[in-house]
Amino acid sequence: MSAVTATILAGAVLTYLARAGGHLVLSRFSRIHPRVEAGLNAVPAAVLTTLVAPAAYTGGPAEIAALAVAGVVALGGGMMPMFLTGAAVLILLRHLIG
Amino acid sequence: MTAHTEAKASIGSELAAGARTGFPVMVAAAPFGILFGTLAVENGFSVFQVVLMSATVYAGASQMVGLDLFGQAVAPWLIVLSIFAVNFRHVLYSAAVGRRVRHWSALQKAVGFFFLVDPQYAESERRALSGTPLGFGWYMAMAMTIYVFWIVNSALGALFGRLIPDTDALGLDFLLPIYFLGLVMGFRRRPLFLPVVVASALVSVAAFELVGSPWHVSIGALAGIAVAALAPVPKDGDAR
Repeated sequence: MSAVTATILAGAVLTYLARAGGHLVLSRFSRIHPRVEAGLNAVPAAVLTTLVAPAAYTGGPAEIAALAVAGVVALGGGMMPMFLTGAAVLILLRHLIG
Repeated sequence: MTAHTEAKASIGSELAAGARTGFPVMVAAAPFGILFGTLAVENGFSVFQVVLMSATVYAGASQMVGLDLFGQAVAPWLIVLSIFAVNFRHVLYSAAVGRRVRHWSALQKAVGFFFLVDPQYAESERRALSGTPLGFGWYMAMAMTIYVFWIVNSALGALFGRLIPDTDALGLDFLLPIYFLGLVMGFRRRPLFLPVVVASALVSVAAFELVGSPWHVSIGALAGIAVAALAPVPKDGDAR
């Protein structure tokens, strides 16, 4: 089994544990500490930000412009408009700037 | 009243209602399923691995995170940890939905929780709050509508991706950061959104410079989580 396949399967097992474990474990506690809950709530945004920030930091003008425009579009619309606008800006500027 | 009629309704109408709820989710997810397949091939996945990941992990954002890190040649255990970190929110969904499905058998729960993706959680919670008991038939009909097409679309994307000659001109290498930014922006109404994002962004860039590539993910994420956990607890929280 290749490293990619093994990693996928390990990721799948942990994901399933998260989906089943909340019911099995968390339901035993009558309440979750508010600080723990606040921390848990922040996990997805915190993780995903770390995948955007260095890309913006190391990106050229086309990449930074694409992220900036997509970020503004995201304020008003859904996922699809922001994604398509960002991709369009990226492709256009890469052709213009090279 | 709704609950009463629904309880008497045949399993057929339960299934149809579930499929109807799943349909718009399936349509909205389709482009991202195709995108996942295309980018995964770009990052060195085989078509089999694309299908395997969609079928077993079945969580769009974390699948994108996984292949992004594969492309950066990050250590496998760190990729698994990152996938888990992105999917850890499902613990909360599971705890919430668990209260709605006490009437399910253990096997039904074991199967049902596998399919507990974000929209599945949101719609299940909505249905339960409207007073309709959460039937296993309704739940699985919704789940299957999304699941089957998610796998099919990512396979199509993978087959299509192998035909693209100049991926750089199409910007494929930078579509993931744009996609991730969209996911981040989706959380913007949550409490402490801005402090969390600013802390994660600054610390991840600093770690990227000072420590090196794979670690900026964990270090930056921990910074954002710490900000949220240490921030003053709003109103009903009694612990300070």
